[in-house]
Amino acid sequence: MKLKHISGERNLRFESDKCKGCQMCVNVCPHGVFEIVGGKAGIVDLEACMECGACAKNCPFGAISVKSGVGCAYAIINGMLKGTAPNCGCSDSSSGCCGEK
Amino acid sequence: MQNSSLTADIESADKNACACCGGAKIHEFPQYLAIDSKLSLADYIGAFKVRMGMGRSDYSVAPGLYSLGNPGRDSVVIVSSNYKLTFDSLRSAIEGLDAWILILDTRGVNVWCAAGKGTFGTEELIRKINDCKLSLVVDHFKLILPQLGASGVAAHEVEKATGFKVIYGPVYASDIKSFIASGYKKDAKMRAVEFGLIERIKVIGVEFVLAIPYLIYIFAAIFILNMLKGRGVIAKTLSDFRPFLIASLSGTCAVPVLLPWLPTRSFAIKGLFAGAISFLAGALFSKKSAVGRLAEALIIPSISSMLALNFTGATTYTAESTTIREVKAFFKPLLISAIAGAFIYVFDILSEKR
Repeated sequence: MKLKHISGERNLRFESDKCKGCQMCVNVCPHGVFEIVGGKAGIVDLEACMECGACAKNCPFGAISVKSGVGCAYAIINGMLKGTAPNCGCSDSSSGCCGEK
Repeated sequence: MQNSSLTADIESADKNACACCGGAKIHEFPQYLAIDSKLSLADYIGAFKVRMGMGRSDYSVAPGLYSLGNPGRDSVVIVSSNYKLTFDSLRSAIEGLDAWILILDTRGVNVWCAAGKGTFGTEELIRKINDCKLSLVVDHFKLILPQLGASGVAAHEVEKATGFKVIYGPVYASDIKSFIASGYKKDAKMRAVEFGLIERIKVIGVEFVLAIPYLIYIFAAIFILNMLKGRGVIAKTLSDFRPFLIASLSGTCAVPVLLPWLPTRSFAIKGLFAGAISFLAGALFSKKSAVGRLAEALIIPSISSMLALNFTGATTYTAESTTIREVKAFFKPLLISAIAGAFIYVFDILSEKR
């Protein structure tokens, strides 16, 4: 069963005219958001996107942009209370999030 | 080499430098540490402890170059993080393979989280390729990276800077051997991150352990309240503490396990639902007054829901934008409900007759 978070917008933009169909986005996306159709990539499952940014980072043609971040409520609340960007402290000492990969 | 002494070697090595190549001359074959695939009892105990939230922030191995089996100039190079849980699952998953393993310094964080933070990133990978003189180790100029490292690494930039071509392997270490055997072919299943029942159960331990400090504060507060009333303190405290325990079990255990089956795609609503069921089940055994039950109805679902929201951080599919929307919609109402419930709860305890 494919789990998806709430419906609606995702911070993922794709410019089809820059795409050369190299398949890198399909290769790195952990949630099957992209597929190659007719020699070019296309978004086929936007709501599966978790905004990890792997596709944008690895697109050699700059066709994809993602405002990536942490999908972690603890980090977001932490950021709101301190008036900073979402911050879970994962890379510091204590940690409130991040599953084990 | 005995496994226990091996572990000691890895952990005592200098964590800031490339463990492999200290003092090597420019054209000398770089140094590396030989490891094997066998996990020791200590490795299993260590893994269990981190699963329970103990010492999770300092469970690492030294970055650098490792050899597994008997690798040569045409053997594969697999890149990974220096989180020991990752390192152990990688080396045991590729048992029987002759491989080089290049460990990046991710400060003991797993590949995916480190990639998100950029520590498992383009720069660090380029640095380790150069520091460990990888071009003297193999002839093929190919690296296999875990697919989940892709959010931190730009493959085309690594190739431009070092000549090494990055190949994104499967998400899970357990698929690496078949990935290599198939000539680096990856099907949709190997590309997909799962969040099945087993994965969800694995993260329960940490979720619940992180809630324990809050439970201790609540327990202490109820204990003091009952002391003020001077009643059979222990028994009364235990029974008064019950709804809070139920709420946290609902949010940290029931929600993760029942995740796909709880209604809607919203974590807050899933948590409210699980909390409401827990409240109704608990109400059957509650000896509370109507006021006390009202308090429980306000407290249990809201705490369960907040903990369910917190669980977004342990899942593999929540985006930042969607999680912000959930937090904005639910956090304040839940907090208000829990606090109002707590006030009513205290009032109820204080106003109870002996």
